[in-house]
Amino acid sequence: MRIPAFLTALVAGLLFGTGLIVSGMTDPQNVLAFLDIAGNWNPALAVVMATAIAVTAPALWLLKKRGQTLAGERCDIANRNPVDLPLVAGAIVFGIGWGMSGICPGPGLIIAVGGVPGGLLFVAAMAAGMRLSGIVLRRLGSTAAP
Amino acid sequence: MTDMVHLVGGGALIGAGAALLALANGRIAGISGAFGSLLDGDAGPRRWRLGFLLGLVLPALYLLLGDIDVAMAGGAGWLLAAGLLVGIGTRIGSGCTSGHGVCGMANLSRRSIVATLLFMGTAMATVYVVRHVLAG
Repeated sequence: MRIPAFLTALVAGLLFGTGLIVSGMTDPQNVLAFLDIAGNWNPALAVVMATAIAVTAPALWLLKKRGQTLAGERCDIANRNPVDLPLVAGAIVFGIGWGMSGICPGPGLIIAVGGVPGGLLFVAAMAAGMRLSGIVLRRLGSTAAP
Repeated sequence: MTDMVHLVGGGALIGAGAALLALANGRIAGISGAFGSLLDGDAGPRRWRLGFLLGLVLPALYLLLGDIDVAMAGGAGWLLAAGLLVGIGTRIGSGCTSGHGVCGMANLSRRSIVATLLFMGTAMATVYVVRHVLAG
């Protein structure tokens, strides 16, 4: 019996979103407290991220070793592109926005749906930024992919 | 909600979600990529992106019902500008804190390690300027 891909993705999202809320990462002040190294520094985000990486790493290692999913579908998750200008420029632009707000896309979507004033504004602007740069990237013929 | 149990427990849940999406769907749990592609009308094979994002935002119910702190860092104009930069940057840079920061780092991807160091460093510099230079 094969579990539908939509359902496993839904459960994966549920785990991910619950983790973001439980760890307090949906509160921009906790994120900003980690980024504020010259202030009252709070390492919480580093603990959350390190734990998440430690749990994810064996799964990705296994996936790469098998070359297929648990259901036996072939897959290849390696991105063999070099470190290029779009990656560097994009990371810097993202960093400025993240530092201004303490919000990255995951928590942004959650607080927008959670009805937090300002959250919907943030996500609307984020969506516009994604669409806009998607159009520009396609014009330039870039192959930038997530 | 900032004690160690919540931090490690929450981090483990995030990792479990990323691990499940990898092993069951063969996908990297990158939220900016999934959301951006969905905006472009591409829900992916068997609409996995829709499923993943729907699952991700369902726990927002806790925010509506529970007593959970969410304190925004600025007014409408500030948040609009920040959101725009996050959207542009994650699209051009092919990922955010989830795709590069958690999955890419876990995968020991050179691109993701470089991206994560860059956006984290830039964000720290931005907070420094906003809180300790501009605010005087």
